[in-house]
Amino acid sequence: MRVFLDLFIEFFQIGLFAIGGGPATIPFLMDLPNRHDWYEVPDVANMLAVSESTPGPIGINMATYAGYNAAGFLGGIAATLSLVLPSLIVIILIAKLLDNFSKNMYVKSSFGMIRPAVTGLIATAVYGIFRAALFTDASGNFRFPVVLFLVCLGYFALMSLKKLKKLHPAFWILCGAVMGIVFKL
Amino acid sequence: MKDLLALYAAFFRIGGLTFGGGLTMLPMLKYELVEKKHWVEEADLLDYYAVGQCTPGIIAVNVATFVGYKKKGIPGAIFSTLGMISPSLIIVSILALFLEQFMSNQVIAHAVAGIKVVVCALMLNTVVTMAKKTVKNVTAAIVCVISFLLAMFSPIPTVLLVVCAGVFGIVLYKMGRFKE
Repeated sequence: MRVFLDLFIEFFQIGLFAIGGGPATIPFLMDLPNRHDWYEVPDVANMLAVSESTPGPIGINMATYAGYNAAGFLGGIAATLSLVLPSLIVIILIAKLLDNFSKNMYVKSSFGMIRPAVTGLIATAVYGIFRAALFTDASGNFRFPVVLFLVCLGYFALMSLKKLKKLHPAFWILCGAVMGIVFKL
Repeated sequence: MKDLLALYAAFFRIGGLTFGGGLTMLPMLKYELVEKKHWVEEADLLDYYAVGQCTPGIIAVNVATFVGYKKKGIPGAIFSTLGMISPSLIIVSILALFLEQFMSNQVIAHAVAGIKVVVCALMLNTVVTMAKKTVKNVTAAIVCVISFLLAMFSPIPTVLLVVCAGVFGIVLYKMGRFKE
């Protein structure tokens, strides 16, 4: 039972403080393994791959996957419901009480600074993903695979190209899978 | 009850047929809610999006909650939200179940190693796209860098950093220094 209470507390907090949608949940998900043994930091890379290539909002997919790792199918349900509960409460209050919520100057000014701060937090999480997925070898030691790092930057450059911008993340994930099998990474 | 089930079914379809959240979901929401069901006007949908982006939580879920509440009050909000998250719950749970068995397979292990390289690139792409959208002036750039450094090198909890940034924004506004 304890694990469900923990899932509720953690994911309710994420739902309340992850402002800016799905990607904003990632810094919180990278932080969770410090307090619970539901999954390890390197697993977040797998979670991202699964969430990006399955239907549904990415944040919801991540919560389901994390909850599933913690306590199976019911854990997935607990984590996801806890994640959306703050939204449900906040949105109902806003729909009920406030007209023109998004035009309110207090809302505008606070969120005007929260958004760049969240970008900074996500940058930290991106470093964490790189460290876990690229810069750590099978036995947990630091490594710097020059070729793979350059390949990664190459993918990033391709994704930034105007003509390829519209391509779905699942397409890139498929490319990565084929590359991994062909070159036996 | 019939209306509630219709809300659940509509958002189930949207959640189950759209890859990626946030803005990628807008065309699907528009098709299902504006063109097919005539539940909301397009202008309203964009307003809900604006609110969904500056409230906590997953943007697509916030929009679902908003539409559901406007249609059928609190029960409508609950049914719409549940509809939106149900496909993820089913699909991701099934995948997670098989993923553990798959991981011991050698070919899959190679594929996963390749996928990890791409996930890194995707994340880099996400953060660059977000920076372009959110860092629009010098103050925002400073806040972004400070939050990066604090998250990287200090033990301050993520939640506290978010709250501090919000308070800082309001202080700027009160001092007459906030630029949109």
